[in-house]
Amino acid sequence: MFSDYSWADLGAIFAMQGFAGLTLFAVFVLMALGLAIIFGQMGVINLAHGEFMILGAYVTYLVSTFFAEYMPALFSLYFFVAMFLAFLASGALGLLVEWALIRHLYKRPLDTLLATWGLSLILQQTYRSVFGAREVGVSLPDWMMGSLPLTDLIEVPINGIFVMILAIGISTAVYVMLFRSNWGRQVRAINQNRDMASAVGINAEWTDRLTFGIGCGVAGVAGSAFTMIGSTGPTSGQLYIVDTFLIVVFGGTASILGTIASAFSISQAQSIMEFFLSGSMAKVLTLLVVVGILMLRPQGLFSMKLRK
Amino acid sequence: MTDDTSKRKSGDVNRRAVLAGGTALTASLFLPKSVRAQDYPTAEINTTGLAVTDDAVTIGILHSITGTMAISETGSVQAEKLAIEQINAQGGILGRKIDYIQEDGASDWPTFAEKARKLLVNDKVASVMGCWTSASRKAVLPVFEQHNGFLYYPTFYEGLEQSPNVIYTGQEATQQIIAGLNWVTREKGAKTFYLLGSDYIWPRTSNKIARKHIENFMDGTSVVGEEYYPLGHTQFNSVINKIRLRKPDVIYAIVVGGSNVAFYKQLKAAGIDMTEESPIVLTISVTEDEIRGIGGENIDGAYACMKYFQSLDNDNNIAFVDAFKEMWGEDMVIGDVTQAAYLGPWLWKAAVEAAGSFDVDKVREASPGIELTSAPEGYVKVHENHHLWSKTRVGRAKPDGQYEVVFETADLVEPDPFPEGYQ
Amino acid sequence: MTFSSFMTRKEAFGFLVLAAVIFLVLPLALDAFRLNLFGKYLTYAFVAVGLALFWGMGGILSLGQGVFFGLGGYCMAMFLKLEASTPENTAIQSTPGIPDFMDWNQITALPAWWEPFNSFAFALFAVVAVPVALAFVIGLAMFTRRVGGVYFAIITQAIAAILTILIIGQQGFTGGVNGITDLRTLMGWDIRSEAAKTTLYFVNGALLFAVLMVAHYIRKSKLGRLLRAMRDQPDRVRFSGYNVASFKIFIFCVGAAFAGIGGAMFTLQVGFMSPTLVGIVPSIEMVIFCAVGGRLSIIGAVYGALLVNWAKSTLSESYPELWLFGLGALFIAVVMAFPNGLAGIWSERIEPQILRLFNRSKDDKTAPKRAPAE
Repeated sequence: MFSDYSWADLGAIFAMQGFAGLTLFAVFVLMALGLAIIFGQMGVINLAHGEFMILGAYVTYLVSTFFAEYMPALFSLYFFVAMFLAFLASGALGLLVEWALIRHLYKRPLDTLLATWGLSLILQQTYRSVFGAREVGVSLPDWMMGSLPLTDLIEVPINGIFVMILAIGISTAVYVMLFRSNWGRQVRAINQNRDMASAVGINAEWTDRLTFGIGCGVAGVAGSAFTMIGSTGPTSGQLYIVDTFLIVVFGGTASILGTIASAFSISQAQSIMEFFLSGSMAKVLTLLVVVGILMLRPQGLFSMKLRK
Repeated sequence: MTDDTSKRKSGDVNRRAVLAGGTALTASLFLPKSVRAQDYPTAEINTTGLAVTDDAVTIGILHSITGTMAISETGSVQAEKLAIEQINAQGGILGRKIDYIQEDGASDWPTFAEKARKLLVNDKVASVMGCWTSASRKAVLPVFEQHNGFLYYPTFYEGLEQSPNVIYTGQEATQQIIAGLNWVTREKGAKTFYLLGSDYIWPRTSNKIARKHIENFMDGTSVVGEEYYPLGHTQFNSVINKIRLRKPDVIYAIVVGGSNVAFYKQLKAAGIDMTEESPIVLTISVTEDEIRGIGGENIDGAYACMKYFQSLDNDNNIAFVDAFKEMWGEDMVIGDVTQAAYLGPWLWKAAVEAAGSFDVDKVREASPGIELTSAPEGYVKVHENHHLWSKTRVGRAKPDGQYEVVFETADLVEPDPFPEGYQ
Repeated sequence: MTFSSFMTRKEAFGFLVLAAVIFLVLPLALDAFRLNLFGKYLTYAFVAVGLALFWGMGGILSLGQGVFFGLGGYCMAMFLKLEASTPENTAIQSTPGIPDFMDWNQITALPAWWEPFNSFAFALFAVVAVPVALAFVIGLAMFTRRVGGVYFAIITQAIAAILTILIIGQQGFTGGVNGITDLRTLMGWDIRSEAAKTTLYFVNGALLFAVLMVAHYIRKSKLGRLLRAMRDQPDRVRFSGYNVASFKIFIFCVGAAFAGIGGAMFTLQVGFMSPTLVGIVPSIEMVIFCAVGGRLSIIGAVYGALLVNWAKSTLSESYPELWLFGLGALFIAVVMAFPNGLAGIWSERIEPQILRLFNRSKDDKTAPKRAPAE
């Protein structure tokens, strides 16, 4: 299939395809990190994860409209404000949901699945009632939508770079929080032995709530970033659910590193197959390979300890 | 969303909107005849037990207002309600006001079938304005044929269908596709095409027709790639790279739904500036409605080929756009399907009045040849095959989310749902 | 096995009430249209009963039951489609005699793997065999490696996603996103008429009872006790020398077979099959039917399927813009307040009252005062 093209062409295409794979990797990491915290550390199956992401996207939409209206001079910078507010909004909703629903269900992890599914229906309808059934268009500052021409043939999308930096930043932050901060120590302690952790004076209830809130907040930031590459509508969140769960499970729960490794392998596999096959078949094959590997190695890429 | 929650409505939602639209339409064509209900005794104009009383007739509206398709179908619901209000403001049909029962298809095809059955069997509606996706139409079609209902279907679609129980107010594929391909080859000198679509029947069939036309009916043109992505796919960087490699003159894109937003945003971010026309992006799936989600600045310069654009400059359309905005809000945009949905109640009214009856068999018989000179898109006429004669236009997207019409077929294009040589 | 060891008086009472509801109350109370709708809900009940078996008793949650439901439904739909695609009916196609969607996709001959579906016997066999075969493969791969709980749920969910994309992508062979539509007759019997739909409702009810009896038998058998033991203490069962995996595979296959039958009946009752029944959303909904009914109770599962679907239909008719709030709230309420669903409400709240009345009036000594063995 390549005989018709010059080496320069091919080199450029492979460079750009490699970059596309990395962008996909970053997108997957952003999608999965919030869930990795919630699902991995707390065992809660949050089917409303996509809706928390879309809340972030809607916050971004509101902030962009606000800046366009009242502070057009600062419009090019609004995105940073939006991401911060998206974190707060989704995080706050997360705290509320943990308090109202999740904390009653820690002993019944599969039930969290049903309750959060109900929650996702309610959130979708709320978005529809508030923002209308149609998608909203989030206008982005010009500097984010262009591309960097590296050579004559290779052009690198700036939003791709942005997503990557964000993914690295947030993973680092999550990693530092989990393994270097007081909160992280407490989360890990509770994860290993809840009763013992409580006995030594850790406020398990509050730590859980904070963990859930932070997980949702990270989802909100991801949703905010995805306004650059995807759509913002009441049901957009559902597009991400399968991929997200699969990445977390494939990586092995309870391991942030595993999540990142799995996001990397799935994104590379998908991006390579997409280049050689048609889109639909690439997707099917990627999912099949992942499921196949999970059947052979159910604990995921990085396993922590027991399997259940 | 002012009145969507109510089930039955008639009359007075927004008088001003209704009157504004009503007068405009009156001016253009619909001279209100002084029709009185008593001139048409219910027993004579309704011999099959439809929901027709001495002063009202009930029809159904069947679209998704929840689920993924609500994004697209909302505009159709709004247009149909507007048309109904306007018709009522002029005195209704045969002296009877239109009441409607709205049901939610919930973006789920079995639900569409269930609700269609409810409307026809339980509510005995005289006609139904509804459906959007082909899948929902295929799901309700046996129900309509079994219970002899009458459906006005607004979406441009793949053709290959002609039911006695459906009037197709959108364009079938050949109407929409061929004129656009001819135009881009003639005016832009395009030779090579890359066909891209979401993976389901409409894009696949449309691309099949496009491919046949490119390969067999035009000179020196060829297809250099054809590819489909699952519905809801949000990552298009790989295909964008493939497109760069093949260097087509035209990207022929039939991507739908949320994927649309992702595709155009990523196309722009990858440095493909559509205003430079290398390659030209030609789509048949992006109406003004979709641009709202995509963002005008992200699709600036792309061409779309369909029968209606909001920016059409004629009196009918100006009145229609005003009335629509008056009723649903200033920030509303109107796409091709929304306008086609608006035609539904008007075409039905004309057919009922021509038949002098609400009976489905008589309305069907009266339908071919029905003309609408007041249509926002201009003039349309119902063909023997239940599709509409209509003009096809090419518009160029502007940053403000509107299309600038750059081409219009000289004559009405004949609908041809079973095109010879394209199978 | 004597009757009393197969079924206690209380259990028999439960089945009798359900039989009365399905065969007497609903047909008398509802018009033909509503009854037809309930016929559709009953087909979901097959899946819910299967879920009550292997989720409630076996502790295995599958988020991919739509796959088995869909496979059963597609097998039936393929047979019906071939019957509907006679050369006379399809005369306008370029290749008459093949299903219309194949013709639209330039397929000029019936694919080989469609051929067997010309036979009704084969189609009936496939309705059960295909879902069971897939369930066996999945079960074999997962349970022998002791995958369970959340992992199993997510993997089955991914399988549902794969199958949906595959069916939609291979539209020349499967009808794509439209599904297989416009099915007309079953062995010459017009399934579209109101009378046929009513007949099918009763067939559904009867088949459901057959399935319930099988499920009840499994519950009562040693296998059922082992399953409960495995759910609560898998290691102890394993150390007692039982092969835990094979029991789980078996029960998972039984659930798949139930789902397959339900899917086939759905195709008959509704008149078409579509990939929207296969995907993730319907699969989760099916779990919710079971949860609302009470995941431990097979009778509760039937009520759950009927109630949730009825609520969905009526709420969406009355409040098309708001019904999702109601549905979402229902799920949350069930999980939070009634973790054992309708069955729990019945056995904890209502049944004691009835028993008290019963005892007071008749002083029946056989009625247990304490909670039953489970």
